[in-house]
Amino acid sequence: MDYLKAFIVGGLICVIGQILIDKTKLTSARILVLFVVSGCILGGLGLYEPLVRFANAGATVPLPGFGYALAKGVMNEIDTSGITGILTGGLKASAAGITVAIVCGFLASLIFNPKEK
Amino acid sequence: MAKRIGKQSVKFDKSISIKSTAATVGPKEGEGPLGKYFDVVLEDILAGEKSWEKAESKIVSNNMKLAVEKSKIGMDKIDYILAGDLLNQGSGSNYGVRDFNIPFFGLYGACSTFGESMCLGGILIESGAAENVLVGASSHFCAAEKQFRFPLDLGTQRPLTTTWTVTGDGAAVLSNEDNSPYITAITTGKMVDLGITDANNMGAAMAPAAAQAICSNFKDFDITPDYYDLIITGDLGKVGMELTTKLLKEEGYDISKNFTDCGVEIFDPVSQDTHAGGSGCACSATVFSSYFYEKVKRGELKRILFVPTGALMSSTSVQQGESIPGIAHAAVIENKRGNN
Amino acid sequence: MNKKSKQEYQKMVEKASPNSNLILDCIKAFVIGGLICCIGQVITNLFEYYGFSQNDLGIYTSSVLIFIASFMTGMGWYSKLGKFAGAGSVVPITGFSNSITSPAIEFKKEGYILGVGAKIFIIAGPVILYGILTSMAVGIIYYILK
Repeated sequence: MDYLKAFIVGGLICVIGQILIDKTKLTSARILVLFVVSGCILGGLGLYEPLVRFANAGATVPLPGFGYALAKGVMNEIDTSGITGILTGGLKASAAGITVAIVCGFLASLIFNPKEK
Repeated sequence: MAKRIGKQSVKFDKSISIKSTAATVGPKEGEGPLGKYFDVVLEDILAGEKSWEKAESKIVSNNMKLAVEKSKIGMDKIDYILAGDLLNQGSGSNYGVRDFNIPFFGLYGACSTFGESMCLGGILIESGAAENVLVGASSHFCAAEKQFRFPLDLGTQRPLTTTWTVTGDGAAVLSNEDNSPYITAITTGKMVDLGITDANNMGAAMAPAAAQAICSNFKDFDITPDYYDLIITGDLGKVGMELTTKLLKEEGYDISKNFTDCGVEIFDPVSQDTHAGGSGCACSATVFSSYFYEKVKRGELKRILFVPTGALMSSTSVQQGESIPGIAHAAVIENKRGNN
Repeated sequence: MNKKSKQEYQKMVEKASPNSNLILDCIKAFVIGGLICCIGQVITNLFEYYGFSQNDLGIYTSSVLIFIASFMTGMGWYSKLGKFAGAGSVVPITGFSNSITSPAIEFKKEGYILGVGAKIFIIAGPVILYGILTSMAVGIIYYILK
């Protein structure tokens, strides 16, 4: 059941992205920005949390989940350390993701060469 | 002396012979429908170099040498080189010819560069400033994608209106010798911009310029489309070809029977997944320098209008939301001189 | 040709330009996007099963997915997946990883500082910038309302 929920919710979020790509000619970079920002706003409004509880990875793996993690991180940080949380919460929450991504990217640049399509 | 005709055209008086041509292409182009016509098909898109940009310059250098070799004129008899490509500051050509030790004009006309170089080469010979001119144009798929679009390994879908940049170089030796085929007249294109902003639909951006140049050619010389055995545009692709045909129909010219496009000819869109067709400076340059050159030389085509087309945007202008102006330069190429 | 109005021409262009098959594209995006999330769920469940802290499951899951996507990008597989799946492989966190690894590989010829170092963020940079900005805005509002 976990898997079915993750599949359907995750798939549907991607379908929204696909409709945006086909209908608005947005580049994938813009789609990524749009999804992270909307996830963050929805997270701030407390609207994304229920989706995460329902679909788990289906809601956290797509990029709005990354935005949601930013919002949640900021709010948690404010709860624990007050006003400085506004400055530290976002990057703290996304620290692992960004670090792994850039370390992997760097290592890949040492090992691989670009492939012609 | 050359005679100026109408607003945009010039008729040459001297014999401007296309003495020889050479075409080098990448592996994908070699697998396409015209594969067997090219002089050299590379097995490796890096051409043994360390970067795509270096590969392009190597292709330019080797292919230009091949064109001169085939002309039997000798490198020391070449008075000028006129060449261009898509890379910033024309570095593909600049580095390609840096060891040639021959006076050089670097050109930029985006994918119309081969037409531009042929027209200017013809004018140089007609004026007496040169006897032999080496002209050419090149592009490289990976280097162009990197400069104009996104990294190759980024997982994106290419819209169906996009074209595939041809890897390769086309070069020709123009000479005042009397040797078929000849460039007998040219029509220089104007910038035409009908407000297309979608860099994924270059055929649509260039079609008005192609139609404008072809239409002016008809009007300046007071001829109809059937004057030519074939009208060959550079890299309009399927979408651009359809639009050009429609635009010319509105002007009262029906070119649907004797019209083709190098971009449509060079790839098989189904098996090679190239969507609307081929593009890039090398598209018209390589297809003309192999397939169509031989056809005119053998007399299978007696008179053609060769119209390389270019979209003159930069990656900066696209990001700033500017629309994409197009240009097209037409050259009349004939099997015999003085047909009319 | 200059006489033609831009609006008229735009209409002609729209008619002549083929559109992608939206339904088919959406089905492909749905299946691949869904599968990636499923794999994420499998990874989460595995970490949970082996007793990793409940709070950090998300971090571990993302890290594994990011690593896999980065490796696939290096092998030249992710661009093929992306061609098929469209948004299905752009929207998951794996797409973020691909957007970092692909320019890093592409620009290594320009050196490790201004090539890899600067260009690694050409797509991820905006994502991080606007993500952090939005999170600050959320934080400020949350702090005021609290």
